[in-house]
Amino acid sequence: MSDRDGAATRTAGPAPAGAAARAAERVARETYGRLVAFLAARTRDVAGAEDALSEAFAAALRLWPVDGVPDNPDAWLLTVARRRQTDALRRRQTRTAGEEHLMLISDELEAAAGEPGDLPDRRLALMFACAHPAIERGMRAPLILQTILGMTAEDISDAFLIPPATMGQRLVRAKTRLNDAGIPFAIPEPEELPERLEAVLDAIYAAYTKGWSEVGDRGVPEMAGEAIWLGRLLVAQLPAEPEAKGMLALMFYAEARRNARRDLSGAYVPLEQQDTSLWDDSQIAVAETLLRDANKGGPTGRYQLEAAIQSAHTARRLGGIGNWPAIVALYDHLLARTHSPVVALNRAIALAELEGPAAALATLAPLADDRRLQSYQPYWAALGHLRGAAGDKQGAIEALTIAIGLTTDPAVRTYLHGRIEALRDG
Amino acid sequence: MRYMMLIHHDDAAMAAADQKQLWGDYAAFNEALGKANGASSGERLEPAKGGTIVRNNDVLDGPYADTKEQFAGYFFVEAADLDEAVAWARRCPSSRFGSIEIRPVHVPKGDWK
Repeated sequence: MSDRDGAATRTAGPAPAGAAARAAERVARETYGRLVAFLAARTRDVAGAEDALSEAFAAALRLWPVDGVPDNPDAWLLTVARRRQTDALRRRQTRTAGEEHLMLISDELEAAAGEPGDLPDRRLALMFACAHPAIERGMRAPLILQTILGMTAEDISDAFLIPPATMGQRLVRAKTRLNDAGIPFAIPEPEELPERLEAVLDAIYAAYTKGWSEVGDRGVPEMAGEAIWLGRLLVAQLPAEPEAKGMLALMFYAEARRNARRDLSGAYVPLEQQDTSLWDDSQIAVAETLLRDANKGGPTGRYQLEAAIQSAHTARRLGGIGNWPAIVALYDHLLARTHSPVVALNRAIALAELEGPAAALATLAPLADDRRLQSYQPYWAALGHLRGAAGDKQGAIEALTIAIGLTTDPAVRTYLHGRIEALRDG
Repeated sequence: MRYMMLIHHDDAAMAAADQKQLWGDYAAFNEALGKANGASSGERLEPAKGGTIVRNNDVLDGPYADTKEQFAGYFFVEAADLDEAVAWARRCPSSRFGSIEIRPVHVPKGDWK
């Protein structure tokens, strides 16, 4: 359980059930995100919008899990925000930008005949702004997590393995840039949409992988949940975009396997050795439906291809053997599209199942000098695995040793040590 | 960016760990470091109790401070950003027995003139 979960249940006391408290927290985040997005789209001042709502949001996170979600969450948050603002004004006798922000919302609400639920949802526009090419790539996901979900710099820094103060400074800089660079808070025009959407998808998927790659870390699975929630939001708002569905499907395929990645003693289990009965059927079903819908929707993009590969892997659950020819063919498409050394690596691993380890090693040989792979742990682990399978015991031990040196997950380290010992004994 | 990675670990806790695995992990870490572009393995120091402190003409026995974690060695990495340097610090086996301080190496910009 993450720190944030802990905080929510702590302040909630023992009374509310965990699930209800989490649902209330979710509504609070949803409401907050919609109001921030609405304000930011109007004023282009994200930090100002956050400031105006931050105290009310903190109160909602504290109170709703205990008292229940109010009938009209938007109105509640707005009323509390305005009250706090008025208090602050009385204390300081100054006008603040925050008040102007809140005035703006209430004007809009009056225009909408006082129906806070009718406030236009601008979260998608805000996501596109956060993932704009003018924003540093590595900051797009943190920015979305903060503005759309109201996550603190501390929560985000936990998953991104960056000191909280550094993450905070980077977020402030990125928000200033949103304003200074004149980044539009709008859904891009159709001709621009595919490229800009890819940046949004990449940011959300980056957040997801933070919650996936290192299972041992505290608080990290929570990040995966948040990314899936953002993926759902995206699919709901862009129902005609196949790649959004493809990415959401990809995340569900990965989630379905989460419990199979560790055995009962907590030891690491590689994909090909996973007990497929531990894969989550319901999540696989959700993923399959999304992928089918996506494929109906038009041209196939990177995320649909990756999801299709995962779909082919799940064939093992039904038939006991993986659909390797399909997997290799899908990797060929993906490689042609991305030219990514990581894709080439994964293709080689699949190829080994089809044509043996020597063929796989031959395709990896040209990558030996690729700087990006030198400190990429999965590369060395795969190389060790393939060399071992090809009978090159010494080469396998060398590669596995480097993989150990690059591993931060104790379970994976123990697994790799075991592989080396097996090679020495064998 | 070039970073100096300062290792501060708890000698006693390290001595209590499985030595074969620990130094096996350290050898693996140094191998991995050696493969990475621009990184260089540093040096391991003798335990801090063997150190000597000179301050204001006083000569004292080490360690310098009365804390569990003592300066124990260093290495360098060439990293694109702090995130990469943090990844190397987390890989270093000493991080399990103490802390790794990450310090960007100063690049002179002619500011001494």
